[in-house]
Amino acid sequence: MTGIDDPRASGTEGYNFAYLDEATKRMIRRAILKAVAIPGHQIPFGAREMPLPYGWGTGGIQVTAAILGPADVLKVIDQGADDTTNAISIRRFFTRVAGVATTESTAEASIIQTRHRIPEKALREDQVIVYQVPQPEPLSKLEPRRAETERLHALADYGLMHVRLYEDIARLGHIAKAYDYPVMVNGRYLMSPSPIPAFDNPKMDRMPALQLFGAGREKRIYAIPPYTPVRSLDFEDHPFRPIRAPHACALCGSTESYLDEVLTDDAGGRMFVCSDTDYCGERQVAVAQEAAE
Amino acid sequence: MTADLPQTSGRTPLLNAEGLTLRFGAIPALVDVAIDISAGEVLAIVGESGSGKTTLLRVLSGMMAPDAGTVRWLGDDLHAMGEAARRRLMRTDWGFVHQNPRDGLRLNVSAGGNVGERLMAVGARHYGRIREEAIAWLQRVEVDAARIDDLPRTFSGGMQQRLQIARTLVTRPRLVFMDEPTGGLDVSVQARLLDLIRGLSRELGLAVLIVTHDIAAARLLADRMLVMRRGEVVEHGLTDRVLDDPQHPYTQLLVSSVLAA
Amino acid sequence: MTPALRTEGLGKAFTLHLQGGVRIPVLGDVDLAVHPGECVALWGPSGAGKSTLMRCLYGNYGAGAGRILLRHRGTDLDLASASPQQVIEARRETLGYVSQFLRVIPRVATRDIVAEPLVTRGVPRDEAQARATELLHRLNLPERLHGLPPATFSGGEQQRVNLARGFAPGYPVLLLDEPTASLDAANRAVVIGLIREAKAQGAAIIGIFHDTEVREAVADRLYDVLPHQDAA
Repeated sequence: MTGIDDPRASGTEGYNFAYLDEATKRMIRRAILKAVAIPGHQIPFGAREMPLPYGWGTGGIQVTAAILGPADVLKVIDQGADDTTNAISIRRFFTRVAGVATTESTAEASIIQTRHRIPEKALREDQVIVYQVPQPEPLSKLEPRRAETERLHALADYGLMHVRLYEDIARLGHIAKAYDYPVMVNGRYLMSPSPIPAFDNPKMDRMPALQLFGAGREKRIYAIPPYTPVRSLDFEDHPFRPIRAPHACALCGSTESYLDEVLTDDAGGRMFVCSDTDYCGERQVAVAQEAAE
Repeated sequence: MTADLPQTSGRTPLLNAEGLTLRFGAIPALVDVAIDISAGEVLAIVGESGSGKTTLLRVLSGMMAPDAGTVRWLGDDLHAMGEAARRRLMRTDWGFVHQNPRDGLRLNVSAGGNVGERLMAVGARHYGRIREEAIAWLQRVEVDAARIDDLPRTFSGGMQQRLQIARTLVTRPRLVFMDEPTGGLDVSVQARLLDLIRGLSRELGLAVLIVTHDIAAARLLADRMLVMRRGEVVEHGLTDRVLDDPQHPYTQLLVSSVLAA
Repeated sequence: MTPALRTEGLGKAFTLHLQGGVRIPVLGDVDLAVHPGECVALWGPSGAGKSTLMRCLYGNYGAGAGRILLRHRGTDLDLASASPQQVIEARRETLGYVSQFLRVIPRVATRDIVAEPLVTRGVPRDEAQARATELLHRLNLPERLHGLPPATFSGGEQQRVNLARGFAPGYPVLLLDEPTASLDAANRAVVIGLIREAKAQGAAIIGIFHDTEVREAVADRLYDVLPHQDAA
């Protein structure tokens, strides 16, 4: 058989399974093990050059490559969608260099690599979610010195992060951070959840699936083991509130999912649809079946 | 001779140091320095530029390690306790007021956020109460509470310095280090600040270790004084005795050089 | 009866390092005792060391030799060898001093300056201020001045602020260095009254009074301070 899905026929002869050499994978796996052992703590790793630019998911791809086996089923989403450029490129990359099966279904996937979302459907113990992370350091905007932020983490000195939230409330009456909303992992480490919407933060709390985070340019890996408590920072009198647009999805009618605002014409026409395409599709099928029955 | 002295004044010092020695290459920065400070006491370290007084402050506050000698906080060796413990001290029992308020404030954070930071660092998580406390402290240091949401860069130098003091004292430290706190201020503003510092020290039983080259300020503020020269403590004792009856040639020179202290 | 303050062989000399180390002895072998309720006036020619002796007694000058025993908290505290903290404590509770000069933080209100020694002794601020106001009135300092810092006051007004500050706490031992130097007759009479009341309440007072009228009105005896014999 020839075709795009056959590594031997696609010009990938001589490449190792899943692109990275075994020594690199071992190095990354060690970093992952350490990250799992210290939930929320950033582990440095020797990020490799990847055949795509920084900012396109090089960290996530390396983590995925290091844990991927031939039997895995891979799902890749970007902003919740399986059909965007970044998601398609990465999915095809792994099809080509590892020959693994891919899927758009959350339920069928064993590994889900994501940028900016957590699927709406609850993840299970036998799944792993890999986040692409642009800036792993939650304190970076407040304290530019890396040595100092590491010291602040070591001493769990997180007053500064609360100062930022205090400033939001003082100026705007509420905490303005809508994505990359900082969390405390296992009551110890302050962590950036990557630029997912704050709406998704509660899904991280005690999630049955293993959560891995890879930052390629910043060369850091961190993790949240299954069932680990993850708490969004807040004040007692200004508790954390996940925010979603106050609409129902125009396609599936969901009033619970995270919505994207889509412009439909040049005259200001717009609609709100689920950002999670798989979830929305499944619901549309279900709704249609119900209607047909 | 000392046997019949009352022991009422025998308070254990909060901080004490002995044998502090530090060299920067060939330059002796500290030479066998001993010092102690107790609760409710204002201790001034005076001397000209380069006399080692700022270095001493840095060593005493754990920011710099001496070549020899020990610094003890409530009996515990400061430089042996590890950075985590020292930092904890820095945000609880200690405060540090810098000469330049810009070094002690976050200029891109509102006045309220600046005052509230130490509260949040020690676990305060109630926005309303943090804000109340911040307002109370702004009033205490005579900064208009209506400016709580303004950035400190819009404040005058004297206001910035008072804000820095509020930010430092909000967690009720027991010892505050001050490095030339009235340094860059107008004379009239200095006086208000001196009065504020002294009042707070009396009211809160605060120990204040203040480094200054302003002898007149030290006279009004300090209970005791330590005169440094070339890394050595050449004289120490009651402030008014050191200034009115100086024993060491250098102190006599220093005092005679001051305009009507 | 135990003296409230006494000296034993008190001596004092100054070494002027900036003048080639010349040593100037001022006091030698001063043995002075003052009892509760008694007022002793230091007596002697100008330059004999009366002010120096006062300053030694207050601890402002270090004693060169001998002992200065102050009755403090029911026991004798030797101010000549006491630690700075002990001297500060004695000054807070037992030993008051009215100097000729008022030295205070600029821009602090007169009422607060007078109340401060009371506040540091633990008197509530309101009470301390009430006592301050009462004394300032008694010393004929008009109410409108009470809220102002004394920097711009006349010499006589400043001296009265200083007196109010010295008399407010009711120290068991009080040192007065020319307390009436720049006062008019009416205010001198007020000061005489204050001193007599303090004595009646058991205070021991040592003073330098150039004013004969005041001296004769308050002093129980004189203590001769003589120019030091073996001056270099």
